[in-house]
Amino acid sequence: MYTQALNSSDGDDRGVEDVARASQFQARIDADERIEPNDWMPAAYRKTLTRQISQHAHSEIVGMLPEGNWITRAPSLRRKAALLAKVQDECGHGLYLYAAAETLGTSREELVDAMLSGKAKYSSIFNYPTLTWADIGTIGWLVDGAAIMNQIPLCRCSYGPYARAMIRVCKEESFHQRQGFEIMVTLCRGTAEQKAMAQNALDRWWWPVLMMFGPPDQVSQHSDTSTKWKIKRFSNDELRQKFIDATVPQAEFLGLTIPDPGMKQNENGNWVHSPIDWDEFKQVLAGNGPCNRDRLAARRKAHEEGAWVREAAAAYAEKRKSRQLAQAAE
Amino acid sequence: MAVANIEVSETPLVLYALRRADDALILGHRLSEWCGHAPAMEEDMALANMGLDLLGQARELYSYAAKVEGRGNDEDKFAYLRDVRQYRNLLLVEQPNGDFARTMVRQFFYAAFADLYWRAMMGSSDPTFAAIAAKSEKESAYHLRHSSEWIVRLGDGTEESHRRTQNAIDDLWAYTGEMFAVDDGERGLIDAGIAIDPATLKSRWLKTVTGIVNEATLALPKSDWMQQGGRVGSHSEHLGHLLSELQSLQRTFPGATW
Repeated sequence: MYTQALNSSDGDDRGVEDVARASQFQARIDADERIEPNDWMPAAYRKTLTRQISQHAHSEIVGMLPEGNWITRAPSLRRKAALLAKVQDECGHGLYLYAAAETLGTSREELVDAMLSGKAKYSSIFNYPTLTWADIGTIGWLVDGAAIMNQIPLCRCSYGPYARAMIRVCKEESFHQRQGFEIMVTLCRGTAEQKAMAQNALDRWWWPVLMMFGPPDQVSQHSDTSTKWKIKRFSNDELRQKFIDATVPQAEFLGLTIPDPGMKQNENGNWVHSPIDWDEFKQVLAGNGPCNRDRLAARRKAHEEGAWVREAAAAYAEKRKSRQLAQAAE
Repeated sequence: MAVANIEVSETPLVLYALRRADDALILGHRLSEWCGHAPAMEEDMALANMGLDLLGQARELYSYAAKVEGRGNDEDKFAYLRDVRQYRNLLLVEQPNGDFARTMVRQFFYAAFADLYWRAMMGSSDPTFAAIAAKSEKESAYHLRHSSEWIVRLGDGTEESHRRTQNAIDDLWAYTGEMFAVDDGERGLIDAGIAIDPATLKSRWLKTVTGIVNEATLALPKSDWMQQGGRVGSHSEHLGHLLSELQSLQRTFPGATW
């Protein structure tokens, strides 16, 4: 049930998309009003947002793993503290986003279970491995950079709780992006080995990062209604282009080569990339990326091994409550 | 070529700062190992938070040790270029995370001490230590509250959580005595008003610990045998593995800046 907890008018609007209400709703969207949890909304709007926000939350939580892989090996105490704080921020984003998704009527437990069972998706970028310290720089620089491109427009998303969550998330992400770029600057000004490490990381992450923006516009499934509902304000290809145009000069500054020899600047100044290998994208989405199994296994392990802790906390809370009741009765 | 270990002039003051810095770094590192793997997202946040506090304490204490020593060492050289025999932390903090109960018991034993210790150290005649203590005391108070609440929940939760927590207490108890030990060098600092005597905190520590353990329906072991050695570099086997991970990049790429 998407609607039971918060939408008191649910009973009448469940099955039928009341035409009058739907057009009122659309009029509110068109007038740039924010939709809030207790407002009437079409079931499909609720469903789309629940899917998008929870996928976003799952991505934050699974995204802790590739970077967490380097916390214990960070090369200086300053880097170690920054990375630990960053991964902690991601956990905070996850919690924040689950809370936003819960306002649409699905509990965090249900959403997390859907991720652990493999039913719900998370960003496919986190199914790639972090092999060297330069991957930590590259993730900050490019993955967080791409995430920001996607998320800045979401700060104006029609759904209030999501938009507000995004404002905070974007602030922290842009800090992470600068941190990542600074790691890259340090590596590129360092020894030949460090620079080679940076180039290798860029070589491995570039194409998967471009895939983060999703399939090309002509095959994207969700865009039309999402655009109408002002959940999505730019197309996949538009955002991808913006990202590439912003990133090319940064790579130049670093003295790194983007692994696309065919990339050319067109007459408008946009950098036109070579064809993206969408088969790889499909394979990773289908569960066949290099780390899909490891990532899910790690999340399941944490969940299963934590079960006795959560049970203990619940049992204790229950005991305490009944003791308090007994005391009050005396 | 591997990077050689640094040499450290362990004057009493340098050694004193290094011991506390090593405690904070190693415990902070252990907590950071949980990140992404905790029993609940809220605990991922809390454990990372406490890890960051400890890492911050370690950095300030290393920097002060470097300043006092005056031989060109710095926080990273202390952390990354000393081997097991040069580390001066308590045996307690290097013990592996184990399950969540073990991590919480280790945290609780240490925080119950650190909370009292840093509060007392706010009166140090050394203004740097007094300032570090003022910050660390606030952090330790939270670490103590957080871990105490978990000890009670776990001890008085389910049969399984009770058993796991009692096992952790039994296994870690022998590492608590080292917190209160003092050698001659440190005795001099205590006499000079720079350090405080941890032995004076023991009865209050025991009172706090006993109170929580009782509330949790758990029990402290009868044995009073205590392991020692961390303060002079005689560690358990666990520390070497922790350091090989912590130091891997610095050891693999000698002299690089990160």
